[in-house]
Amino acid sequence: MTQAELPLATSEILPAPRRRTRRRRPGLVENTPWMNLATHAILISGLLLLLGPIYLVFAAATQTVQEVNQIPPNLSISSHFWENISEAWFSRDFQSKFINSAIVASGVVIGKIVIACITAFGIVFFDHRLRMPIFWLVFITLMLPLEVRIVPTYAVAANALSPFQAILDWTGVSWLINAVSGVELALEWNMLNTYTGLIMPLIATATGTFLYRQFFLTIPDELVEAAKMDGAGPLRFLRDVLVPLSATNMAALATIMFVSGWNQFLWPLLIITDPAHEVVAVELRSLIPNANTTGGGIPKWNVAMAASLLVMLPPIVVVVAMQRWFVRGLISTEK
Amino acid sequence: MRRAYFKNNWIAAALVLPQLLIIFVFFYWPTSQAVFWSLTFEQPWGGGNDWAGLHHFRELLSDSLYWQSVRVSLVYAAGTTVLGMGLALILALFVDRQLRGYRQYRVGMIWPYAVAAPAIGLAFRYIFNPTAGVMAYVNQVWDGIWDPILTGWHAMAMIVIAGAWKNIAYNFIFFLAGLQSIPRSLIEASAMDGSGVMRRMRDIQLPLLTPTFFFILVINITDSFTDSFGIVDTMTNGGPARATNLMVYKIYVDGFEGQNYSSAAAQSVILMVLVILLTFVQFRYIERRVHYS
Amino acid sequence: MADISIRDVRKVYGKDEVIHGVNLAIHNGEFIVILGPSGCGKSTLLRMIAGLEDISGGEIAIAGTVVNDLEPRERGCAMVFQNYALYPHMTVGGNIGYALKVAGVKRAERDAKVRAVARSVGLEEFIDRKPGQLSGGQRQRVAMARAIIREPKVFLFDEPLSNLDAKLRVQMRHEIRRIHNRIGATSVFVTHDQHEGMTLADRMVIMNKGTIDQVGTPEEVYNRPATTYVAGFIGSPAMNFLSGEVRAGESAVALADGSRIALTPAAARAFDGRLVQIGLRPEALALCAPGEGALRARFDFYEEMGSDGLHHLMVEDVPLSVLSAHKQRMPEGQEVGVTVPPEVVHLFDVESGQRLEAGPGAVATIKRMEHAE
Repeated sequence: MTQAELPLATSEILPAPRRRTRRRRPGLVENTPWMNLATHAILISGLLLLLGPIYLVFAAATQTVQEVNQIPPNLSISSHFWENISEAWFSRDFQSKFINSAIVASGVVIGKIVIACITAFGIVFFDHRLRMPIFWLVFITLMLPLEVRIVPTYAVAANALSPFQAILDWTGVSWLINAVSGVELALEWNMLNTYTGLIMPLIATATGTFLYRQFFLTIPDELVEAAKMDGAGPLRFLRDVLVPLSATNMAALATIMFVSGWNQFLWPLLIITDPAHEVVAVELRSLIPNANTTGGGIPKWNVAMAASLLVMLPPIVVVVAMQRWFVRGLISTEK
Repeated sequence: MRRAYFKNNWIAAALVLPQLLIIFVFFYWPTSQAVFWSLTFEQPWGGGNDWAGLHHFRELLSDSLYWQSVRVSLVYAAGTTVLGMGLALILALFVDRQLRGYRQYRVGMIWPYAVAAPAIGLAFRYIFNPTAGVMAYVNQVWDGIWDPILTGWHAMAMIVIAGAWKNIAYNFIFFLAGLQSIPRSLIEASAMDGSGVMRRMRDIQLPLLTPTFFFILVINITDSFTDSFGIVDTMTNGGPARATNLMVYKIYVDGFEGQNYSSAAAQSVILMVLVILLTFVQFRYIERRVHYS
Repeated sequence: MADISIRDVRKVYGKDEVIHGVNLAIHNGEFIVILGPSGCGKSTLLRMIAGLEDISGGEIAIAGTVVNDLEPRERGCAMVFQNYALYPHMTVGGNIGYALKVAGVKRAERDAKVRAVARSVGLEEFIDRKPGQLSGGQRQRVAMARAIIREPKVFLFDEPLSNLDAKLRVQMRHEIRRIHNRIGATSVFVTHDQHEGMTLADRMVIMNKGTIDQVGTPEEVYNRPATTYVAGFIGSPAMNFLSGEVRAGESAVALADGSRIALTPAAARAFDGRLVQIGLRPEALALCAPGEGALRARFDFYEEMGSDGLHHLMVEDVPLSVLSAHKQRMPEGQEVGVTVPPEVVHLFDVESGQRLEAGPGAVATIKRMEHAE
């Protein structure tokens, strides 16, 4: 689980948020001009710290390959931005990779939201003994981030049915089938180099399920009962009442999940070898030759930085545009 | 406790099944495989496997390269956590004063959350490049003083800065939320008692922020162990001379490049235990504040 | 239109039985109020009628059909909830028409009906608003309209007025009664507010700890409470209780302090020698000069009630209140007499708390008959 996802689950540690988002709390009547000046100075330095690197990236992206590599370095903005962007876009076939990233990110967003919503619905609104065990089974996956199970997960992606095959072999069912019908049981579903492989393992979501569960727990019993009295069954209630009510949740979750989906790196790096399915984040890796093997001519930092900007842009736009929901979703699970 | 339920448990089963299948196939099965591989001598993907007991673990723990990887991981964890949290805390404290420009400041500090690790890695690799970018200036003044391509601790400093930069936005969001959940009346009461801005930060806001602080601390540490792959991979590839060969990166290299599955699995198990321990610390902590029904 | 028959109904949660075999017959078109304090099981009973709670034992029949295993929607009941339970994301019209939408009623037909019902409760102009933009009273009306539109056989009300302020509560009370009169469906109304019960009910059901203590018209319940519990619960200010022993020879109850409260000769004869609780309604008593009247008391304090004054007295160490339009303020501790006409004395058995009534038609027996009905 990457940081992009974790926060939701643990957001419980924060005190309940205020009911209404206040624009700005009225300041105390305080006349502290020097303190205010210092505050602004500190905050502006902070902004410089965060924005500075992006400026440098942008400046580099506007320069020619000579300018970017010249000594003494030139940190000013030059005029070759669009050339570099178009070189990145066309020469590295960014367009199809962008589309792949968009497919993966939206697949992850939709998949996670649907899965989170229906799982939480199944464990909150039905009275069965497995509710808490299922919740914990999902929740514990938080402790098993991809990074700690990469090698075997890769093996599973090579054949998604291998766990079932192994179980059937181990329990003797395969042998039985073979003995009875003469069929050699060989389940296989190769997910390497497929969108399914890129998306499917990522849509299980402890955080999303937790967020939805928290939200569903705030739905008053009476609302369920009113729906029952009105004759609505569970799926109807889910569709007509819960889904519309969870719109804010969904927006928050979608933002966070989009960022996490777009920025996926390790998983696509592993399972995609076919350029047709490559995503942009991984493509960045090959722009500048390995640090330890600098051979291969002058590094095209200008093009690399233009490409970085391209990759950064979509999630930044989403986060800034969805700022309100995103921050609320990240922090609060209660409405 | 909820009292209004729907009756049809078959529907419930159908609804939870997809997620259960996915976590079984992609989480629990691989995890159990990792444990299994770490305890056996195994040919990759099939073939007979012999019981190895703790052989792989013993081998790892007597391997100085592994310990070096642990060491650099700890350095990276400490570095990114201190730097990322410290800066975020200062920024949040001052943004929370809500002077003019509050909203602009806030957006300005939130957006880096969205930037992908490899993009950050590449950007900082350019910025810290000894022959192009900012550090080339420094090198021009003092010849060859900065070279992350050859000097281990330079490379480490570079990934720490990139990693910390990546975390600032996230930490900031939580710190600010924590600060804003402190009742306004406390600040006002303290102001009535005659305390100034700094004094209030020290006496009221920071102590009340401890829960948030602790929570972010654990997240940051956990994250530095697992989510650091992208940065290392794009910036240093673990070098020079393994100076930035973080545990998670070593697993990748040993498993996929070295094809040493047993060792990679054993390393995975160790990292997993670490993550689980950290998560438990966090749960114990959360449990004190939240009731699970 | 339907009658409801509740036969030996029980509710068990885990090991706790919260409703202990309740019997009740509700007639077609009747307005029944189930009254009791929180935790007495009144809401649970209502929700069992609605189908929102399983019935652990016994059976409930609506219009002659046993509904134990029917889904809520199949029972022909509509319900108004305490907190209105409006769908916050739907408009007023959407809320009112949702049941019809689920039932698959065509849009045009639905809209016409929604409009008609909204008009009947005075909500026509709010039909496109969301519940969040309405006042408490308006939300209440939406909840009512949502129930009305289904043309149910039975209306169920679960403390629907408790979230309203006092003035609005009275107004909505009238409105509910008006709607009931107009539609004529059987109504079951749960509340803990005796005024609501008194004013709305054709018959009241007083529940206490999972059993029914009394069923009767508001007047019956007030005039002849079946148990000390009912006697204490109904009436405001609450009934006074004293204990003593019936002496047939003196045709009175002897109290511990030696004073005597006169009884009707029939009552005294019937219960000679019994230890009893005497129930005296504050409004049935009057103050008099010390030494006169049946009771000797000391003045404690005075409460102004507007039309009347409530005089708080102490009889030995037992508090006693007297409500009277003849307001008298006295210093604390002053001696005062209380007159007690024999016909206002309620007698209850000390052990069982059951009403003791001489002669034919004693409430204690009536009560059993009504339960079995």
